[in-house]
Amino acid sequence: MRTLDVRDLTVAYGAISAVRSASFTAAAGKITAVVGANGAGKTTVLNAISGLRDVRAGRIDMDGQDIGALPPHERVRAGIAQVPEGRRLFGRMTVAENLEIGAFVRQDRAKVRQDIERILVLFPRLKERYRQLAGTLSGGEQQMVAMGRAMMADPSVLLLDEPTMGLAPQIVDLVLEAVQAINAQGVTVLLVEQNAYRALEIADQAFVLETGEVTLSGSGEELLSHPRVRSAYLGHDA
Amino acid sequence: MTAAAISAAVRNRTADWWRRSIWVDHLMLAIRVVVAVLVLWGLAGGIAAGTYSAANFASFAMFGLTIGSVYALIALGYTMVYGILRMINFAHGDVMMVGSFAGLFAASSLSGAGLTNDAPLIALPLVLAAGMAVGAAVSVAIERVAYRPFLHVRSLAPLICAIGLSFVLQYGARGLFGTRNRAYPGFGWMEGTVQVAGLTIPIPQIVAFGAALVVLAGLLAIVRLTPLGKAMRAVSEDRDAAALVGIDVSRTIVFTFAIGGAMAGVAGVLYALVFKQITVFMGFFLGIKGFAAAILGGIGNLGGAMLGGLVLGLAEALGPALLLEGYGLPAPYQLKDVIGYGMLVLILIFRPQGLLGERLAAKRA
Repeated sequence: MRTLDVRDLTVAYGAISAVRSASFTAAAGKITAVVGANGAGKTTVLNAISGLRDVRAGRIDMDGQDIGALPPHERVRAGIAQVPEGRRLFGRMTVAENLEIGAFVRQDRAKVRQDIERILVLFPRLKERYRQLAGTLSGGEQQMVAMGRAMMADPSVLLLDEPTMGLAPQIVDLVLEAVQAINAQGVTVLLVEQNAYRALEIADQAFVLETGEVTLSGSGEELLSHPRVRSAYLGHDA
Repeated sequence: MTAAAISAAVRNRTADWWRRSIWVDHLMLAIRVVVAVLVLWGLAGGIAAGTYSAANFASFAMFGLTIGSVYALIALGYTMVYGILRMINFAHGDVMMVGSFAGLFAASSLSGAGLTNDAPLIALPLVLAAGMAVGAAVSVAIERVAYRPFLHVRSLAPLICAIGLSFVLQYGARGLFGTRNRAYPGFGWMEGTVQVAGLTIPIPQIVAFGAALVVLAGLLAIVRLTPLGKAMRAVSEDRDAAALVGIDVSRTIVFTFAIGGAMAGVAGVLYALVFKQITVFMGFFLGIKGFAAAILGGIGNLGGAMLGGLVLGLAEALGPALLLEGYGLPAPYQLKDVIGYGMLVLILIFRPQGLLGERLAAKRA
């Protein structure tokens, strides 16, 4: 189990800061949720952690090791996998190929086979779709492939960006149950969600991101009952 | 359905089309009809004239396949770079030229040692290796200078830089090697002809076609079977997603340029094997041919580039005798490029995705 520690992270697009001096910790073996409105910088934070965005200032540590200078593919080797927003599957590859390419950084062939089996147990639906092109799948099925692909890297930290976006309620349940199952295997989870209620429900820790700054943090339960969270993100009157 | 019902349905469809169509559709239809009539008329005239025998056509076809396989090798470089960057590498033709010159120098020194004549089976692979190595190196240098700095910005700068590098290579070569035609040394027994099924075929054509097929098979094996090939497919679909599964995107792009450059080098040497001489200007006209072949087959599609090259080669080789002869033109073979590029224009108008390409909308799943 690994702890992801972000200190004073600042990311800017030109003159505009998307993330301003954000600090938070995704504790080892826990689920940490990031809640915030559209454009609050949630995706930018995840992409900075994955190395897709250049960071202007701050540190990203994994178990005390600064990984902030590594290129994106090295971070995957270091144990960070991301399920990106919009799933971003390789649509012209089959489900099988998408899962296999998820294990791109790994050499342990036998273990990779086992992990594919584990993912097909976690998402039995993918068994039926195994030889189908990923681009032809439904949104929910694509989300399962995207999560499976990220898990194939055998990560110790899993970043999830809006995994339930655009999915039917039953599929949302299925996806979030899978997140908990993955977490139960010892994977540290950082979960970005618009669906604040559902995210806080399963989160151990959570924080709120507003215009690039961390404005609140606490346990999932604390934030669920926090008046500002309730009014701004859960649609309750304050 | 009765005949009356069918003809009524056809009439309905025609009326429907007439109502919906605008003058552009009518113009396009007219162009299609004119092209079809011209082709059929030429074909009928050519066959009626009977200037060429079946054996002539067979040897034209063999030559078309040979030059087509050279086009295919060049086209692959364009199509691979396009697939991975969505940009055209305008310096690619000159990579081929430089590779061809590298082969020339290797061949000359081997010829000095007597190897090209006594042991062409050893000499030719060495010459090809020289062309491949230099082609790959130059191509990687082009990536470094013209494409890498712009990897994360949307801009036309790489295209302009590549055009600039194309001129640098061409005029650099001009300054170093001069503008006169340079003769490749002969490769011993490979210079002869063989009789196959009553046809006399020059051995260089067979060797060039065979070598091209081997290289193409090797490329397909790399793309389909190796981790590098998987990485190339992944990067061409979604660069960020590829990085997120641990693929080194920059390295994959470098390898793509290297492979494309190596194939251009092979093309340059094989061209010289068939035509015996090269010039520093060959990069331009052969580069355009390779580019046309890539478009013809559907840019971004490897199988399409191969098919496009062969189709272009065959059209150029057979077209003059088959179509233009029928019009009684004095020197139809001089007009082979009219057929080649005419096809390119027609493909762009009527099937812009190319022979094997997908429609752009379907490209992003």
